[in-house]
Order: sequence, then structure tokens, then C-alpha cells
Amino acid sequence: MRSAGRSGRTAARLGLWMLLVAALGLTMGAAAGSTGWQAPWRVWQDPTVWPIVVEIRLPRSVGAWLAGALLGLAGAVAQGVFRNPLADPFLLGSASGASLGVCLYLSLFGASLALAWPWTVQLGMTGAAFVGALAAVLITLTLSRGVQHTLRLLLAGVIVGVTLGAVTSWLSLLRPEVLRTMQGFMLGSAAWLDWAACLQMALALLAGLILSWPLARLLDALSLGENTARSLGLPVEAGRLFLVLVLALATAAAVAKVGLVAFVGLAAPHAVRAVASLPHRHRVPLSACVGGNLLLLADVLARSLMAPQDLPVGLLTAALGGGYLLLRLSRQQGGEAAA
Amino acid sequence: MNPSLQTRDLCVSLGGRQVLRHLDLRIAQGRWTCIVGPNGAGKSTLLRALAGLLPYQGQVLWQEQGVRPAELTGPQRARQLAWLGQAEPVSEDLCVFDLVMLGRLPHQGWLAVPSVQDLQAVESALRAVHAWDWRDRLLGQLSGGERQRVLLARAMSVQAPLMLMDEPLSHLDPPHQADWLAQVQALKARGVTVVSVLHEISLALQADEIVLLMDGRLVHHGPSAQAQTHRAIEAAFDQRLAIHALGPHWVALLVNPPASL
Repeated sequence: MRSAGRSGRTAARLGLWMLLVAALGLTMGAAAGSTGWQAPWRVWQDPTVWPIVVEIRLPRSVGAWLAGALLGLAGAVAQGVFRNPLADPFLLGSASGASLGVCLYLSLFGASLALAWPWTVQLGMTGAAFVGALAAVLITLTLSRGVQHTLRLLLAGVIVGVTLGAVTSWLSLLRPEVLRTMQGFMLGSAAWLDWAACLQMALALLAGLILSWPLARLLDALSLGENTARSLGLPVEAGRLFLVLVLALATAAAVAKVGLVAFVGLAAPHAVRAVASLPHRHRVPLSACVGGNLLLLADVLARSLMAPQDLPVGLLTAALGGGYLLLRLSRQQGGEAAA
Repeated sequence: MNPSLQTRDLCVSLGGRQVLRHLDLRIAQGRWTCIVGPNGAGKSTLLRALAGLLPYQGQVLWQEQGVRPAELTGPQRARQLAWLGQAEPVSEDLCVFDLVMLGRLPHQGWLAVPSVQDLQAVESALRAVHAWDWRDRLLGQLSGGERQRVLLARAMSVQAPLMLMDEPLSHLDPPHQADWLAQVQALKARGVTVVSVLHEISLALQADEIVLLMDGRLVHHGPSAQAQTHRAIEAAFDQRLAIHALGPHWVALLVNPPASL
């Protein structure tokens, strides 16, 4: 008899592999720098290496992993809630909202930050991105009048995304001096991450995992259709709203710290599904692990490929994530042709 | 306490159009009742209203004592009623065992792991539809008929005293249709009330009772063996089919096919 614990053992095995890859990635992250590769254990031998590894490279690597994990979690929740394997964390307009938040911040205070009020300095670019992303999702939810109708919700997300994107472009045209910073934000980067950012993202990830855990069974039931999920006695509307808020918080927390990193939220849940069919209570945390590893490895590559120049990590995730999805597509087409 | 179903002055409007009009129905417990009627008669809408999946006016009552579904909590409702919808999109990457286990959700706590009873219910349902041997396959790897059998097993695993099924025989080949009929008999023997929508009249005539709808109205409700029921069905389909006896059963045959066919 198939034991119900079998999927748990598969998930544990995969999780262990993911943690090993993460450990390897963090070691590489600690070793990769603008001057090339250095053995991480030199931190104990050379006091000048200590601040570089512990204060710069390690928080950047840990932060990249956490941001990727937040996007992976948000992607798995989005694909479950919308029952669409093409859903990604930016679907509800959060990316455009974050961009607009940053653009507004830069337009208003960027040029003369010293003259700005103290609270704006505290809020900063990451705060503006966070507020922008959350505000965009709330506008989407208001326009779609809740989460009852998936199509209405997705359409509202598209409308909000396009509109806020247009406003951002217009503002950028009005203030050309913000364009360069905006481009950097939109391509994504882990270069600004410090331990404080890591702590904030770790708390957001922990909250996302804890909050989505009891609703994993709703995500499983939704894969049978909304009527069937309702007939199973599950609070479909309330649960979906809650999950959309978890998705928005996780996305906003990541975007606020690393900018608009493409493909991680889309590719990570796909990668988990390609390896094993697992219920969402395992799929969501594993997608977070895969997302973390993907962004961590992309960041290590971004630092090392053209060192000392730092490539935008979004370029690498687009190449890695997009390449992976292309590989899956070609395999699928190959399978269909053979059938 | 086995439920029966009852509606009082049931009306349903969808998109501003009245789909069901003032239906008064009483469905006997432990029997198989089949809802039939021409396309657009409101059959699936009636089934969804009975399951509490649609907003409606009037009353839907479960059980002899007249419990309103709205008075029960979600899990209480779900333990009373199993639902098998028509052509609902189902994820391809679910494995058969896990999918059928979802039918046990109403019996499980939010963070509980499946109990021995859950595992037994899933195994029993999968064996009943002859799907136990491919329990580890993904839904995307199954044919339409195999998939339908798995979805039936999911509904059976709820082990509810009331089972509503919308076109449960779609994609099933004749041997598996016969298996489904045997399953319904077995469910009835356990006191389960089965209500189904079927468009295949010959199969519907094997039910105990027929509910005939036309344009959202109840046209006839009676035993399937009754001649009056047969005449009502023939009239509802413009005399384009005729019901004949065949041994202990009845079959509906098309008559006067149009010249263009």
C-alpha cells in the first residue's frame, strides 16, 4: 500500500538536497568577490578578509537566497491560487507598484535627499518599493471586488500593471536623472543587501511559510476546481484572499530589497513539479528552497562572470530561469511528438 | 441518520436569467434519482443548487428533519454531501492517490495527517473503480475514462450519505458504465442517496426515480418504471425518442431522424 508518508519522505530528500546546494552556494558566495575567488577559510587567517566576507559577501549571499526563497514561495502560492502554471508573483501588479513607488521616491527626494524630511530617509527606496507593491495589490483586489472570480482578478492585475507601468515611464521621462537608478532597480541586484535586510526578509519568509502551511490543503483542493473545493467544506473565498495577501507580502518583501528579479517565482515551482508530484504543504517550502538557490547561484555568477564588474542579477535569473523553462518546453514538445 | 433532499419554491437566476423556477422536489433517501431533460433545462444548475454551490431563492433542505445546509459548518456540510462536478478543470500533476485522499479533507483536522480510516477509505474507493493498481500515476497520464473513474473514487472516498454527480458517465466505456451502475447499487445498499444528471436516457432509466426538467420547471417526477414517466420524457424531447422495454430494463431509441442525418 502506498503510504501517505511517501510524499513526505520525497520532500525531505529533496529538501536535504536543496539545503546542500544552498550551503555550496553560500560558500561560493563568501568566496566570490570583485578581486576574484578567495578561499572562505582565509577569514580565520587574514583579519582584513573578515569584514569583506562577513559584512559584505555573506549578507549579500544570504539575502539573495532569502529574496529568491520569498519569490519561490510567492510563485508556488500564485500558481496554486490561480490554478495556472504560468502565474508568477508579479501577476497582481506588485512589480509595477514597486517600480512606481521607487520612481516616485527618486523623483521627489532622490535628487535632494539631504533636504528631504527625516521620515523619507527612513522610509527609503526599499520602503517605497514595499508600499508601492502592496498598494498595487490592494488596488487590484479593489478593482476585482475580491478574489471570487479568478479571471476578473487576473484582468484587474493586468490593468493595474499596465497603468502603473505607464505612469512610471511618464515620471521617468519627466525626471531623466532617475532613469539610471530605475533601470538598476528593474533589473534587480543583491548588491545593497546587509544583515538588517536579511533579518527582515527572514522574518517575512518565516511568516509566509507559517501562514501558508495550514492553507496548503486549500491549494490542493483548488486543483480539483472551485466547486469541488467548496463542496469539501473549505472556506474558498476567505482562504484565497488570505493567500493573495501572503503572496503580496512575500513579493513586496523581496522586491523591496532586490528589485524586480525576473523568472525566479515562475521557474522555481515548475522545477519542483518536474521532479516530483507533491502536495502543496511540501511544494510551497520546496519552491522557496529552489527559488533561494536559483537567485543565490545567479548572484554568485553575476559577481564572478565579469569581475570586478557586477552584472544585474535579473539578467542572470532571466537567462537561468528562462533557459530552464525553454528546456522544459522543448522536452514537452519532444514527448508530444513521440506520442 | 440518512438525508433526503427537499426543495421548496426553489428559484435560481444566473446572469439575470431565471434558470430554475419554483421547484418543489422531494428526493427519497437511499434511492437513486436521475435528473433528465433537454439541453438548457437547468439540470446541472439544479444539482449545484442542491449542493449549495449556487446562490438561490427558496429553500433546500437536507434530511428528514429539514436541516438547511447553511446552518451547518463547512466540514459538517462536506461530510453529508459528496460532489462530482462536470468537466471541472483538474490539475494534471496530481497523483491518483493524493487526489482521492482530498476527498477525506472533511474528516481531517487542518494540520492532521491522514488516519488509518482515511487510508482505508481511499483504498476502498480506488479498488471499487479498479484504479488501485495505478494509484501512483499522475492524472495527466490517464485517459479520459480513467480520469473519470479516479474522480468518482474521490467523491466516493468522502463516504457521505448523499452523493450528487453531474454527468458521471462521460468518457466511460460500456464496461465501466456497467461498473458505475453496480457502484450506485452498492451505495444504495449502504443507504446512500444518489442524485445524478445524465443525458443518456437509457442509462437514466435504470435509476429508481426520474426528475424531468424543461425550461427550468419541474415537468415530471416519478418512478422510472412508470409508463407515465416514459410518456413525459418522450414529450419533453418532442417525441424524437421512444422508450421501449428490453427485458427488465427500458431503452430510449431515436425516432424520425431528420432527413439531413
